Amino acid sequence: MVEARIPHSLQEALILMSQATYTIVNGATDLLVQKRSWSGTIPKFSQPPLYIRGLKELDYICERSGMLEIGATTSLETILHHPKTPKILQHIILTMASPAIRHQATLSGNIQNASPAGDSLVGLYLLDASIVLHNRHHERVISIQDFIVDVRKTMREADELITKVVLPIDKFSQCAYTKVGPRKTDAIAKVAFGGLIDIENDRIRDIRIAFGAVYKTVLRSRKIEESLMGKDRSAVPEMKHVLLEGYASLIQPIDDQRSNRWYRKTTALNLLEAFLDSISR
Amino acid sequence: MAKIEWMLNGTPISSDIDLSMRLLDYLRDHQHLKGPKEGCGEGECGACAVLIDHQIANSCLVPMANVAGHEVVTIEGFAKTKRYQIIAQAFIDCGAVQCGFCTPGMIIATESLLHHQPQPTISEIKVALSGNLCRCTGYNMIIEAITLAAKRGRGEW
Ligand SMILES: Cc1cc2nc3c(=O)[nH]c(=O)nc-3n(C[C@H](O)[C@H](O)[C@H](O)COP(=O)(O)OP(=O)(O)OC[C@H]3O[C@@H](n4cnc5c(N)ncnc54)[C@H](O)[C@@H]3O)c2cc1C
Ligand code: FES
Ligand code: FES
Repeated sequence: MVEARIPHSLQEALILMSQATYTIVNGATDLLVQKRSWSGTIPKFSQPPLYIRGLKELDYICERSGMLEIGATTSLETILHHPKTPKILQHIILTMASPAIRHQATLSGNIQNASPAGDSLVGLYLLDASIVLHNRHHERVISIQDFIVDVRKTMREADELITKVVLPIDKFSQCAYTKVGPRKTDAIAKVAFGGLIDIENDRIRDIRIAFGAVYKTVLRSRKIEESLMGKDRSAVPEMKHVLLEGYASLIQPIDDQRSNRWYRKTTALNLLEAFLDSISR
Repeated sequence: MAKIEWMLNGTPISSDIDLSMRLLDYLRDHQHLKGPKEGCGEGECGACAVLIDHQIANSCLVPMANVAGHEVVTIEGFAKTKRYQIIAQAFIDCGAVQCGFCTPGMIIATESLLHHQPQPTISEIKVALSGNLCRCTGYNMIIEAITLAAKRGRGEW
């Protein structure tokens, strides 16, 4: 019988994963809630757990070749306080859970969880992050948009580990993130909105807009963003109506215990409108 | 079952244990340390908080595998320190304890904050307490107590 294991190196983890299927357990802040039972009983996993949180090799955040690299076992709290962490990601992490959870939880766990309401994902889509995966024999680099395919579905194969996340260093002059939830902390988003903008001499050099919890994955439309590139900020008010309509046709929220379609869509568009208004101001 | 080496309240321990057992269950049922309490069991209330390497963590969401090689301090271990005395006295003086269920977690959250930020602002205190629920005090007294502890304990952290 295959047993729960704590690998002592990345290589050992990858060898184990090539020999049997494991449930990767990192900070466990999603998994222990999902596997929760009566107190005093041992959480049960359908596949033996592989506990990777102690892998020091993957516990780092550093700048390399002009990019920020974040190892898979680095805690959210460490990422929050790193001076090179993009502002948008800092804003987002501050809305995630609480310090006690953030000391344990990881970015790779949030990514592989692939929840439409996963907060970090909005930031990773906005920043065009890449996900690096390893199995015993090779490495794959996949953009976050391609990596997340559906609700709780990613491109990860059973023998692959997310080893790091790669982000560009921040270059945006303005960023916005709003998470609407029932409580400021420890709450899952009903709707989330994120925007990044780089303006030089009143001209929009780059603009990126993303929504969380209103579609099966994070929603971002490059086509709509491109219609704004190179425009003078004063042109935004007259484009607003078309932009709002464009996103309204893409946003497809669901009804669930946290919120309903109407509220999610209305709020998402209100947040977008406020962001667009802030550009022309 | 597997063997892990770790530290609990200053003592090195070698435990032969189910790696998936929750730290909270291990502390309460195997070590009879009843300071950490089970409020929600899913990371939302902070009643089960302990320090892992000086940082607050919810022991209901920590599998034993994840404490291997780390130092865990519960309220029972922290109670032996001078810093605890300062924090506890400030909580008493400010009326920050009523039923007391949240108090071990609140004191752990205070230590975790002051260890990294000995002179916190009110908003830093609020962030530090954001994962700890209290049904009784309304939080103001707890925030006052932490401000007072930071003032009285200058140089201790
Ligand atoms: C009280 C509470 C509040 C929360 N608040 C928020 C919130 O505000 N916003 C939010 O987005 N989330 C929130 N969460 C969810 C959770 O904390 C995050 O999703 C966290 O980032 C998960 O990271 P982890 O390391 O704990 O993941 P784990 O629970 O260890 O794993 C999660 C999933 O990812 C897989 N996995 C983990 N690491 C890897 C890897 N390196 N390679 C391959 N697969 C991997 C696991 O197999 C599992 O399927 C909250 C959770 C709790 C309990
Ligand atoms: S019991 Fe652990 S956070 Fe509530
Ligand atoms: S004093 Fe009763 S819950 Fe805080």
